[in-house]
Amino acid sequence: MEFLSEFVVTALGTMVDVLPIAVILVVFQVAVLRRRVPNLGRILTGFVAVLLGLTLFLIGLEQALFPIGETMARQLAAPEATGATAAPGSEIQVDWRDYMLVYAFAAAIGFATTIAEPPLIAVALKAEEASGGAIGSWGLRIAVAVGVAVGVSLGAFRIVTGTPLSWYIIAAYAVVIVQTFRSSRSIVPLAYDSGGVTTSTVTVPVVAALGLGLAANVPGRNPLIDGFGLIAFASVFPIMSVLGYSMATSWLNRVRQARRSREEAAWS
Amino acid sequence: MKGPITALFRRLFNAVRDLAPIIIVIAFFQIVVLQQPFPNLGSVIVGLVCVVVGLTLFIQGLETGLFPLGEGIAHAFARKGSVVALLAFGFCLGFGTTVAEPALIAIAAEAADVASQAGALADDDTAREAYAFNLRMVVALAVGTAIALGVLRILKGWPIHRLIIGGYVLVTVMTAFAPDEIIGVAYDSGGVATSTITVPLVTALGVGLAASIGGRNAMVDGFGLIAFACLSPMIFVLGYGMVV
Repeated sequence: MEFLSEFVVTALGTMVDVLPIAVILVVFQVAVLRRRVPNLGRILTGFVAVLLGLTLFLIGLEQALFPIGETMARQLAAPEATGATAAPGSEIQVDWRDYMLVYAFAAAIGFATTIAEPPLIAVALKAEEASGGAIGSWGLRIAVAVGVAVGVSLGAFRIVTGTPLSWYIIAAYAVVIVQTFRSSRSIVPLAYDSGGVTTSTVTVPVVAALGLGLAANVPGRNPLIDGFGLIAFASVFPIMSVLGYSMATSWLNRVRQARRSREEAAWS
Repeated sequence: MKGPITALFRRLFNAVRDLAPIIIVIAFFQIVVLQQPFPNLGSVIVGLVCVVVGLTLFIQGLETGLFPLGEGIAHAFARKGSVVALLAFGFCLGFGTTVAEPALIAIAAEAADVASQAGALADDDTAREAYAFNLRMVVALAVGTAIALGVLRILKGWPIHRLIIGGYVLVTVMTAFAPDEIIGVAYDSGGVATSTITVPLVTALGVGLAASIGGRNAMVDGFGLIAFACLSPMIFVLGYGMVV
């Protein structure tokens, strides 16, 4: 019974999210395009499947993974787990090395949640189709997930050390700009897009809980000021990792080609 | 009848594979590192089944519903040839999907609390509500503008990196001048604009547009709409913080 009422509430919430999109689509279809939608029945079935799927997905996460993930983020950030218990009376000193377990957890959970992120799956499918299979959907998803893992882990380090957010983000921008000019033109738009799709349904709740838990438990940090920003890390680093992945594959191809032509020259 | 059923099983298997990393990470840290038993294992397993079935249905629906819809609209607009109508559509799509976004509502309320604590805002409920409402409008306006601009870029074939890098430079310069309490909010507002339903639709729209206009490449020109939608809220919110 409880499950049923939860299902109805989540389904209503998802429908409220979709309502503006549906209204805009219908208005433009009727007033501007004045055309019948081809395969309307099929598309409506697909829409219903998306709604139903998203509802089940959210309920399942809420039931199974989020409570554990959030408690875990808090527990790992707590002083007992890190061994950073300051002796009473002594000056509070934060040593960033005491939080190794937190960085490891941040990287692991960032990677794992990104692999399951539905919008990223959608973009990866589209990219595989648009590139004619040259960009595999798994390669892209793993590259993005590695970026998020590094980003969230570094973001946790920033919260522990209390350094300003803007330094990291602006430095990351500088790296992205340099990479942009050294990458092939066809990967750049996709790489920029992959920064935005990682911060969604699955990643945000767990990562935000980690940030707030960490800021609340590390001595001298204020959750209001230091707790935010992990999301910003999680959306810049995938751009770097996707550009880096494409630079690495094209470099490997060049090396392989150079070797082949050298071998051919040696044969002739 | 064999085809659809094996396809369904393949999708279910894919969903299990997609979720395996999360389950492994959480189980590992729970059992090996924190050394604690799983609380109510029964409801965890029911939840996992829901997640797997949900993800399967979502991806199925993506391919039969959202992708063809986005592409169909892109083709229809390209055939109609009205740039104004297309830009208006892009703006409405961006504005409409963002203004009601629950994540944005939460962030705006939080930002109002931060601002009133910092003394930048009168400490009463009406002032906070007005601030939060304005912030939501600013972000929605930013996303609408971004999608319209991104569509215009696809039509004109402008190189994306100039616009994005220009945006980064603008964000960097504005960060130096904007009040401190708005910066965290501004950086985070970039991520909230991209909901699970909007991303597939907008991606299909971009790729569909690039495919139906001659001389455009789906990879070079079709992607990038989401990147605009992430960047412009930062600029608009920083600007809002400087003006107010």
